[in-house]
Amino acid sequence: MAERVAIELVLNGARRRVEVEPHHTLLDALRDDLALTGAKSCCLVGECGACTVMVDGRAVDSCLVLAAEVAGADVRTVEGLAPAGGGLSTLQAKFLEHGAVQCGYCIPGQLMAAQALLETTPQPSDPEIEEGLAGNLCRCACYEQIFDAVRETAATAVVEPRAPAAAAR
Amino acid sequence: MTASRVGDSPARVGGFGRVTGAQQYVADLHPADALHAKLVTVDAAHARIVSVDASGALALPGVHLVLTSDDLPQPVPRFGPQNRDRPVLAVGETKYHGDPVAIVVADTVDQAEAAAAAVRVEHEPLPAVFTIEGALAADAPLVQDPSLREGQALAQTNVLNEHEVGWGDLDQAARGADVVLERRYTFPMVTQFAIEPHAWMAAPDGDGIVVWSAIQHPYWLQRMLAGVLKLPLARVRVVAPDPGGAFGGKQHPKYEPALAFAALRVGRPVKLVLTLEETFQAVRRAACDATVRIGLARDGSICFEDIRADYLIGAYTDIADRVVGKGSYVGAGPYAIPAVRIRGRSILSHTVPSTAFRGFGNPQINWAVESTLDEACEALGLDPLDVRLRNLAAKGQPFIPFDTPCDGDWADSVRKAADMIGWGSPMPEGRGRGIAVGIKSGPTTGLSTSIVRLLADGSVVVYAGTSDMGQGARTVFAQVASQELGAPLDWVTVVMGDTAVVPYDQQTSASRSTVLMGNAVLNACRDIQRKLAAMAARVHGVEAGAVAVEGGVVRLPGGAVLPIADVVAASLGRLGGEITGLGEARKEADPSHPLGGSAAFFEFNCTAIEASVDEDTGDVTIHRHVTVSDVGKALNPLQVTMQDEGAAIMGLGHTLMEHYLFDDEGRIRNLGAIDYRIPTSMDLPRSLESAFVEHEDGPGPFGAKGMSEGALLCVAPAVGAAIHAAARVRIRDLPFSPERVWRAIQERDRGEAGA
Repeated sequence: MAERVAIELVLNGARRRVEVEPHHTLLDALRDDLALTGAKSCCLVGECGACTVMVDGRAVDSCLVLAAEVAGADVRTVEGLAPAGGGLSTLQAKFLEHGAVQCGYCIPGQLMAAQALLETTPQPSDPEIEEGLAGNLCRCACYEQIFDAVRETAATAVVEPRAPAAAAR
Repeated sequence: MTASRVGDSPARVGGFGRVTGAQQYVADLHPADALHAKLVTVDAAHARIVSVDASGALALPGVHLVLTSDDLPQPVPRFGPQNRDRPVLAVGETKYHGDPVAIVVADTVDQAEAAAAAVRVEHEPLPAVFTIEGALAADAPLVQDPSLREGQALAQTNVLNEHEVGWGDLDQAARGADVVLERRYTFPMVTQFAIEPHAWMAAPDGDGIVVWSAIQHPYWLQRMLAGVLKLPLARVRVVAPDPGGAFGGKQHPKYEPALAFAALRVGRPVKLVLTLEETFQAVRRAACDATVRIGLARDGSICFEDIRADYLIGAYTDIADRVVGKGSYVGAGPYAIPAVRIRGRSILSHTVPSTAFRGFGNPQINWAVESTLDEACEALGLDPLDVRLRNLAAKGQPFIPFDTPCDGDWADSVRKAADMIGWGSPMPEGRGRGIAVGIKSGPTTGLSTSIVRLLADGSVVVYAGTSDMGQGARTVFAQVASQELGAPLDWVTVVMGDTAVVPYDQQTSASRSTVLMGNAVLNACRDIQRKLAAMAARVHGVEAGAVAVEGGVVRLPGGAVLPIADVVAASLGRLGGEITGLGEARKEADPSHPLGGSAAFFEFNCTAIEASVDEDTGDVTIHRHVTVSDVGKALNPLQVTMQDEGAAIMGLGHTLMEHYLFDDEGRIRNLGAIDYRIPTSMDLPRSLESAFVEHEDGPGPFGAKGMSEGALLCVAPAVGAAIHAAARVRIRDLPFSPERVWRAIQERDRGEAGA
C-alpha cells in the first residue's frame, strides 16, 4: 500500500490537516478520516449526487474527486451549512417546511447542490433549478418539494458566496 | 406552548438531523474497533462450486476471516420469511448472479475488497433459467432441490406455488358480454433503488449478539437470528436506525446471518455496506406476464374477468410468494363484478430473489387488467371514465365476496381526478388522456404495541417499533401523542428501532403503521388519560369518574379545564415519577380466508394522465399527472402529499424507463446507476397535481386509512391509455422506452399504409 499523503484544506471554514490514502476519494476522506458522515455514499460513479459537496464554490461529486486533489481547497459539506450560532439556514429550513425531506439520505447532496446553485445564480429560473439539481437522485421523489424550497429560498433570502477562504497551501 | 393537532402539517420530527447531516444511518456508524466485510460472488447466474481456496486472501495484510458455508454449522442453517430455503451462504451451488459464496473480514474496506478478490472460487457454470418461458420449459433445470420442498405437489417443477381465487359463474356471465377481449401484458424486473444501499453491522454482545440493520422489520430479524444462531430472543438485540429509503426492499433479512456468524467468529463488530450494484443483486420486484380476458357489455358493465398472472420470482422465496398471492388476489380491481377468476403463479428462476416493493404485486397485475379494460372500452366505443364509475363497488358492498366490503366512497376520488384533469375537455393537438384506478389490500394480520410515558413536567416519550424509512411515521405518532396528552411536538420524543428497548411491532409494511401503530399509540395515551384521571380525582378529593382527561386537557368538576402538564406533577404526589401507558392494536388472522385474514382497509387511487409522443424519437412527455387517493383522514396532509407524489413519480420509473437487462447466460447487464435509470428532476411530469379524499372512514386514529402505495398502482395503465389516445399505438410491454414507442409507431404506420 502506498504511503499516506498529508493534505491541508479549509473544511467548513476551519483549517484542517489530514493524512489520506492516495487512492481515496474526497468522500472516503470526509467519512473515514474527518468524521463527517453527512455526505453519503451510494452509486460511487457520479450519477446519484448523494455525495455532493462544494469545492471552491462549485458543487462536485466527492466520490469522483481524489482526496489529494483538494489540497489547498475550500471544501464545504452539509455540516457547514447551518449558521454558526445554531438553528438552520434558510435553505435548510425551507427544505423542511416544504416537505422536501422524506428518508433524508439524498438530502445532504441536494442541499449542497442547491447551495452552489444559489450562490452562483441567486435568482434561478425553473429550468435552471431543474438543471442544477439534475444530478441528484431522490427515490422518495421529493423533487417538486425541493424545487419549491429552492425557489422560496431564492425569493426570501440572500444567499451569498462565502468570502474566499484563506488559501491553505 | 400549543399541542399539535392531527390534521396539521408540523415540521417533521427528525427533520433537523436530516438537513444538517447529523442523522446517522447504519453506514455512518463507526465504532473504533469495527472490522469490514465484503461478499465473495461469482460472475454467473447459476454455478456449481467446485472448491474455494482462501489461502491467498488470508495471507493478505489485515485479513481476519474468510467464511464459507463449510465453516458454518452443518447442515447449513436456512432462513426465510415464508420458506426456510435460503442458506446463510451458498451451499454447493450459487443460484443467482450475486449469490454470496463467502464473506471476508478485514481491518479496512480496501483490505476486505482486496481479500474478496483474492478468494479463488473454482466454479462450473450451469444452465440457468431467467425467463418465465425458460423456467417452465420441460427440460428446465430445477432451481430448488425438491428435497427442500417436501410434500409440495409442484416440487418437481419451477412453479413454487399457485394461487386461485374467484367467484360467480364465468361461462354464464360471459353470455351477457358484447365484447370479450383477451390480452397479454408484461411487466419487467425492476429494483427498489433506495439511495441508501443496504448496510449492516453485527457485534458480539456478552453471550449474545447485537445487529444493526437498516431494516423495516426489526422483530422479524430478531426472531430469525435467534433461530439461526440458537440464541434466546432476549440475547439477540436488533438496532434499526432509520433506513435511507426502503420501499419494501428492506423488509426481510438478506445477509445479516452471514455477518452475524462472522462477527461471532472474530469477536468484534463487523460492518458490511453493499455497493449500489450489490443492492441490485440483493432485491428487486417480480416480473409479471399476465393474460387477461374481460367481458364487457354495451351498457358498460363488466361481465367477468378471467386473469392468469405468472410472476417470475427469484431463486429463494423471500416474501415473493406472498407478493404473488396477495397481489393477484385483488387483481380484478375495485369493481363489483359478477364473475371473476384469478390464477397467480410464482415461478422460481436463477435470478435475484424478488421481494416486497411498494405496491406488493399489485402494480404488475393492475397494469394488465386496467389496460385490457381500456381496450374493451375502445372496442365498444365507451368512455373509460364512465365505465369505471359504472362498475366501482359502492361503500359497504362486498365486492370480493369473502373479504372486507368496499370501505370508501371510491367514486369521489375518480370524479375528483377527472375534474382535475378536465376529462372530456379539449386539449392541445397531439395529446391524449388516460385514466385508471387501483386498489391494494392493506394488512391482513398485524400486532403493534406501544408504551407511552407521560413525564412529570408533561413531556412525553413514545416507544413505537415502526421503522421511519421516510414515510414520516415518527411525526404522525408524535402528533397523536401531542393531541391526546397536550404536549407540544417538541416536548414529545419518539423512540424507535431497538428491540432491547422498544416493545414488539410485527412489521413496517402494507402502509399499516398509521393505522396499527397509530392505534397502539392512541390506546397507550388513553391508558395514561385513565390513570391520570383517577390520580387527579384523588388529589382533588372528588369521585373517580368526576374527572375527565381528553384531548390534552383535564376537566375537573365545576368546569375547570387545565392543561395536563399543570396537573401531572401534583397528581404524581411526593414520590414523583411518571405515568406509563400501554397500548396495543391487533388485526386478527382468519385461517379460513384465502390470504389468512381480511383486509384491514383498502388503498384506493385514481390516476389521470395527459401525454404526448414525439413521433420521430418515441419520447413520451407527461404533460399532466393527476393522482387522487382515498386516505380516510390525512393526519398530516403534507406527508400524505409527499407520499402520493413520491409514489406517482416512482410509478413513472417502471412505466417509462426502468428494467433489468440480462445477457444470454442470465447475468444482469445493467447493474448500477449509469445503465439503470430512475426518474431525475429532468424526468418529471410538466405538471403533477395530487389530492386526497377524506371521509374519516378508516380503521386508524381519527378515521385514517393506510396510504403511500396507492399512487403507484395505476400509473402504467393510465400512461399507456394516454399514449394510445395520443398516438394510436397500444404497447403491452413496459417500460415505454423511446425505442419501444418508436417501433410501435413504425408498426402503426406500416399497418396504416398497408390497410
